[in-house]
Amino acid sequence: MLKLLGEYLILMFSVFKRPDKGPVFRRQLMIEFIGLGVDSFGIVAIISVFTGAIVAIQTAYNIDSPLIPLSMVGFTTRQMVILEFSPTIISLILAGKVGSRIASEIGTMRVTEQIDALRVMGVNPANYLILPKITASMLFNPVLITFSIFLGIFGGWGACVITNLVTSTDFVEGLRGWFEPFTVTYAMIKTVVFAFIISSVSGFLGYSVQGGSIEVGRASTKAVVYSSILIIFFDLILTQLLLI
Amino acid sequence: MIHLNNIQKSFGDRLVLDDIDTCFEKGKTNLIIGQSGSGKTVLMKCCIGLIDPDAGEIVYDNRQFSNQSDRRKQDIRKEMGVLFQGGALFDSFTVEQNIMFPLNMFTSMSLEEKLDRVNFCLQRVNLVNVNKLFPSEISGGMMKRVAIARAISNNPRYLFCDEPNSGLDPKTAELIDALISEITEEYDITTVVNTHDMNSVLQIGQKITFLYNGKLWWEGDKNTILDTDNPELRDFVFSTELTRRIKR
Repeated sequence: MLKLLGEYLILMFSVFKRPDKGPVFRRQLMIEFIGLGVDSFGIVAIISVFTGAIVAIQTAYNIDSPLIPLSMVGFTTRQMVILEFSPTIISLILAGKVGSRIASEIGTMRVTEQIDALRVMGVNPANYLILPKITASMLFNPVLITFSIFLGIFGGWGACVITNLVTSTDFVEGLRGWFEPFTVTYAMIKTVVFAFIISSVSGFLGYSVQGGSIEVGRASTKAVVYSSILIIFFDLILTQLLLI
Repeated sequence: MIHLNNIQKSFGDRLVLDDIDTCFEKGKTNLIIGQSGSGKTVLMKCCIGLIDPDAGEIVYDNRQFSNQSDRRKQDIRKEMGVLFQGGALFDSFTVEQNIMFPLNMFTSMSLEEKLDRVNFCLQRVNLVNVNKLFPSEISGGMMKRVAIARAISNNPRYLFCDEPNSGLDPKTAELIDALISEITEEYDITTVVNTHDMNSVLQIGQKITFLYNGKLWWEGDKNTILDTDNPELRDFVFSTELTRRIKR
């Protein structure tokens, strides 16, 4: 485990160097924005709407005391979506989608000697391949999570209105009440940290592949598993540090 | 000219390269030959810096390459063109983008100049109308030619080819050999080719280094190799039915 951590840190030292050529880096960054960010809008939208709807329905279902106002459904949905569901659950989904993509893409480049080709051309392959992915993830994931928060709340509102569990007025009233802006900051800090974990861990596992297609598959699976475990672990640490 | 001075390399207890001392000459096609497992791929990887030798030194035109910092190695690497066994073309790039890649990274050419250079290199390897195709859309022989075009796009001083003919039919293989030889003479570069194809040896072997069990066993050229009395080299050269028949 220590050896793995050491190798990861050594790779990160190579990654965080000044890019060989600025325009090439910017072009790679745009490609990664599309591949890792824009292409994820679909899955983020579907999961966010349904997650928000489920949170709202379950909250409404569990409020059976007449002393608790139904506007609490809107409040709870907002808090749950901002604090946990969007930053954490969506990051876990992205660990599966984006993490496996990064690991398999870089792993395939390793086994087909494309990384060796970059190296013998005089290019720093770790910097060229991994830095744009980390940068794109850290810059674009907050956009995806913001989008997810809005859609999650919309999903909750839609579910309440369609099922008549809570009126639109009650839901919106709860949504607007007791808002603490720091919750959004907290969500964004978590998102950026998780984005770094997903892209750097997956990049490292892809870059370290040795062998053939089976190892590429293994690296891809490991990328999802390791990223997911680290996300949950850092979720706990960040919650402890930032909220308590 | 590339000098290899007493190169040694082991993996665990296994000695893969044992005191290799030779040089690869400028303007010549230098061949490294030997059976599978003789150490020729490891030797080439040492030359291009993908593997560090345990002992010995590699000197490019009086410039130390082995045991140097990455920054120092990068300067010499920018003067290398490498043709990998599988081509190692970037599969997310088109043919044109692949050849343009070294120009994007290391030159300040305008787009027009780069496109001119790409087209020149493609013409040089006898390819036309493939600019916008992806590597997955072209044949194995075309991939090798694109890889050669990429290797020469930035005017390298040293060209390394790892088994350039593997997986190719004899006619295409001959074409690739001829191309490597022509480019070497035309640009007066130091070319090192790793092969076990006897056709290549006899066609382009201006200097031949034969490795046997990790040792430098014989050196010569295409004119002397057939008359050798070295038993291991004779075994290697006349290992196929075709070469045995020619000998008879």
